[in-house]
Amino acid sequence: MTIFKCILLGFLIVCAIAASLSKKLLNTILIFMSYSLIMSIIWILLESPDLAITEAAVGAGVTTVLFLVTLKKINAIIKKEEEKKEETGKEEEKGRRGR
Amino acid sequence: MSKKVSEEEYRKTLSFRFRQWLDGTKDPYLGKVEMKRQTAVRESVQNKAEREKDRRRLKEKVYDLENNLEVRIFNRFYKVFSVLFCIFLVVMLLVAVSDLPPHGRADNPVNNEVSERYIEKGLQETGAVNIVTGMILDYRAFDTLGESHVLFVATCTVLILLRSDRKGDKEEDENNDRIHEPKNDIILQTVAKILVPPIFIFGIYVILAGHLGPGGGFSGGAVIGAGLILYLNAFGFAKTERFFTAKTYRRTSFCALACYSIVKSYSFYTGANHIESVIPLGTPGAILSSGLILVLNICVGIVVAGTMYTFYVMFRKGNY
Repeated sequence: MTIFKCILLGFLIVCAIAASLSKKLLNTILIFMSYSLIMSIIWILLESPDLAITEAAVGAGVTTVLFLVTLKKINAIIKKEEEKKEETGKEEEKGRRGR
Repeated sequence: MSKKVSEEEYRKTLSFRFRQWLDGTKDPYLGKVEMKRQTAVRESVQNKAEREKDRRRLKEKVYDLENNLEVRIFNRFYKVFSVLFCIFLVVMLLVAVSDLPPHGRADNPVNNEVSERYIEKGLQETGAVNIVTGMILDYRAFDTLGESHVLFVATCTVLILLRSDRKGDKEEDENNDRIHEPKNDIILQTVAKILVPPIFIFGIYVILAGHLGPGGGFSGGAVIGAGLILYLNAFGFAKTERFFTAKTYRRTSFCALACYSIVKSYSFYTGANHIESVIPLGTPGAILSSGLILVLNICVGIVVAGTMYTFYVMFRKGNY
């Protein structure tokens, strides 16, 4: 059981660092959601199921949904086609330079 | 026997005014406060040109990163300082943690007479098998009342910030919403059809069995709110508005908060000692036991579920 706990805590730390370091906001939100899920499992292991239910419902459910809606409102998820083309163009340029 | 009253007389009655106040259809300041219309701001052409010139100069000066020494120094300083600040914070927290007594020792300051009383007499005094619920909703029910009101105030703030009262362009709103959310997605609808009823039932179970096992008003309400959001995502506003509108939210949360406040106000009359009450505690373990905890759980659950759903609706659309 201690190994399981250690793995979970390791995941927790990795998630926390990855959430702050990832460049895309969508990825950050998804990582944050997995952080909440792992945290709810850890709450169960710490013998507080009350908190686990709340964490799973609020942290992994409602907060994530609110973040996603906000991202959609500010058009951070679906990019317009022109922007996409620009980005792919830049990437191609980078690739050419790299070669 | 009911008697007939004319409309004018009915408008003067207390119940009509109460209903108006509850629905928010009456503006209490109308006709009593002097209101001035805002005058539109107009600036001269010369002024505008000068302002734009200033702005351009500022932009050139500030955003020319390669030649701006100050900005470069500031950027470097900012990075170094943020790292230093993080290290400082980590060290401070670690020092604070290392001063704590070791976990789980018998003579820790945590193990004092308060927790002893909760553990030893909690079941006897509150009638709740789940000690946590007994603490939250009986010994410290007044705190939970404050928490529920904080949630309600938070929703009010979100309503003030995000609510849009534009009328007439419903079609445009619908089209805007259609960009953001896929409509009539078969996979989502099938999954929602299967998942939503168990989610609701689980939420209701968590609320009702809060005094018997893990759970309670807040977690159960959050589960029900998440279920409502899933249902809304799958089937759209047309279906949810049949049973949950702004009016529903207003009335349910008002009733729940008022019920909680009235039920808990008797602790004032007993000198803040709300453990002794006239309500029988029942046999511990039965669903109808532990005095008022069940009622309070239901109240908190209703408020939380409505709050979660309203948050989502406000973030997505701006009005019901």
